[in-house]
Amino acid sequence: MSAVKVFVPADALALAVGAERVADAVRAEAARRGLDVQLIRNGSRGLYWLEPLVEVEVGDRRLAYGPVQARDVASLFDAGLLTGGAHPRALGPTEDIEYLRSQERLTFARVGVIDPLSVADFVAHDGFAGLKRALDLDPAAIVKEVTDSGLRGRGGAAFPTGIKWKTVADTEATQKYIVCNADEGDSGTFADRMLMEGDPLLLAEGMAIAGLAVGATRGYIYLRSEYPHAERALNAAIAAATAAGYLGDDILGSGRRFHLEVRRGAGAYICGEETSLLESLEGKRGQVRYKPPLPAHKGLFGLPTVINNVLSLGAVPLILDKGAQYYSEFGRGRSRGTQPFQLAGNIKRGGLVEKAFGLTLGELIFDFGGGTASDRPVRTAQVGGPLGAYLPLAHFDTPLDYEAFAARQAMLGHGGVVVFDDTVDMAAMARFAMEFCAHESCGKCTPCRIGAVRGRELIERIVAGENVARNLATLRELCDTMISASLCALGGMAPFPVLSALEHFPDDFLRASRDAA
Amino acid sequence: MTVSEPERRQAITRALAEHADAPGALLPILHAIQDALGYVPPESIDLIAARLNLSRADVHGVVSFYHDFHTEPRARHVLRLCRAEACQAMGGAALEAALRRRLNLDADDRDRARDLMLEPAYCFGACACAPAAMLDGELHARLDVARLNELLGELEAHS
Repeated sequence: MSAVKVFVPADALALAVGAERVADAVRAEAARRGLDVQLIRNGSRGLYWLEPLVEVEVGDRRLAYGPVQARDVASLFDAGLLTGGAHPRALGPTEDIEYLRSQERLTFARVGVIDPLSVADFVAHDGFAGLKRALDLDPAAIVKEVTDSGLRGRGGAAFPTGIKWKTVADTEATQKYIVCNADEGDSGTFADRMLMEGDPLLLAEGMAIAGLAVGATRGYIYLRSEYPHAERALNAAIAAATAAGYLGDDILGSGRRFHLEVRRGAGAYICGEETSLLESLEGKRGQVRYKPPLPAHKGLFGLPTVINNVLSLGAVPLILDKGAQYYSEFGRGRSRGTQPFQLAGNIKRGGLVEKAFGLTLGELIFDFGGGTASDRPVRTAQVGGPLGAYLPLAHFDTPLDYEAFAARQAMLGHGGVVVFDDTVDMAAMARFAMEFCAHESCGKCTPCRIGAVRGRELIERIVAGENVARNLATLRELCDTMISASLCALGGMAPFPVLSALEHFPDDFLRASRDAA
Repeated sequence: MTVSEPERRQAITRALAEHADAPGALLPILHAIQDALGYVPPESIDLIAARLNLSRADVHGVVSFYHDFHTEPRARHVLRLCRAEACQAMGGAALEAALRRRLNLDADDRDRARDLMLEPAYCFGACACAPAAMLDGELHARLDVARLNELLGELEAHS
């Protein structure tokens, strides 16, 4: 009998809750019992409340057990883990778990399924099919496919990817670049990390396709330093793909070139802003550039540059493989395709939910997430990272699409949703938004650099009950100045969590003044 | 941890030899030095500036801009506790308060007896299992006071 495949994720968050000790225990227990086990270190399925999630392949199915701790492993083997035996931790076939079954996993189809560093496994699961098709197409036809798919930038700004590519394709230059923005700094987001750890070859494929489309021969992945596991996975994947001929000087014998390199950031949130990212890649302080010129015209080292988020580039291979129409059939309104949403914070079933645009925020939080982890009532959710608005329960009927969120002075951003229960102090969260902006401001423009500090001070005075009416008016005026006059989204959007907290939860700001009255 | 002068010199020379010719070399050079020594010693500035044909101010400006780069030796143990929203939603602030009660932190947030420093961090992408912290480069999630005490106990047992 051949070895039985057992999967224990090497995803950073699975490891943070004990997956390495589980993997060690599986190895030791199999050896002790003389059982032939092939241990595969996959990415995470994104069902994080069940991590560490152990899977075993029985016949043509994968059966799940979780959450498993190292101390459970002996009893799992006693129960017949390798034949899918019954156990209190048994969850049945992985694909039948409701949370996973009701998703539409396009970009994340392979994450948690394959061995992330195996080119053979990647190819066996349709990997590089998009790249192969792209090699047969004219550059203009590749751009058209991406444009027709309706794909919009998944980093948060939602700019049509095809139009960005066309601008670079139409700009003449001796050298062009593809830059992947992997500086996923927003609290509540982890989709980029999961993808880079669980299916790094997909990102390499997407970037190579972008290179073919616009005539760029060199790519950089600018990765935040907080993601060391992703750095190792990407470097190993790039080396493997290059050795197998999918990257390098002669992609699959086509004579086309694409070289890819990972560059590590250095703990600056602002470098998620595209122009400061480019400055940082050039070896400078990560300060925002004035636009224009657009990066598409003058980007990295002053040359035409496509700069896209991990999830945008990760959506591209499937669009090329299955066609624009297939992808654009998912979604709603002008938000086409799927978005990997991330459920985080005080949530019972936190994890990754890839769905077509259009389900409501409430469905995501309650049907998928199961409400709060604390079992207390949900009070609010912040959507789209630290610069996103706090939405009250009354707005949980908002469909998850770019325009519907914009209509409620909110934004979808990178698809992160952080849930809070009724113990949250919204004045403290508003204060934190300004404090974070002050901490991370690049310092180039005054509204952000000074405004964030003054904003924090004003909120502190309001909370302390000092001149409340006057300070509230000043705070609103300051927010207006920051929104209108900041150079980039950090100063320009930090007021959104503040203003939404003020609008929907005013009582939290007025406790001191009310107590004094 | 202090590092001897020849060791420092060697690490800087090696980082320059390995990365100086790459486009946009400064961050890779600084990372290589810090990976080797745990910090970027002041004499790096002159050597890097000379090699990359930059002013010392340019190099200093970059070192000081990024939160990751440190110009002094670090404590033996570094505990980076996430302060971002998802961790706050799961009691991150209370966890930090409990930690501060347990450790003997000075004004620089250092516990000299444990040779440990406490630092704020803003998101490790562990937001589905908050709160999270990184201790000596290793990520830990679903933290509570008991688990943090356990981790600190392991440090003490090994020191």
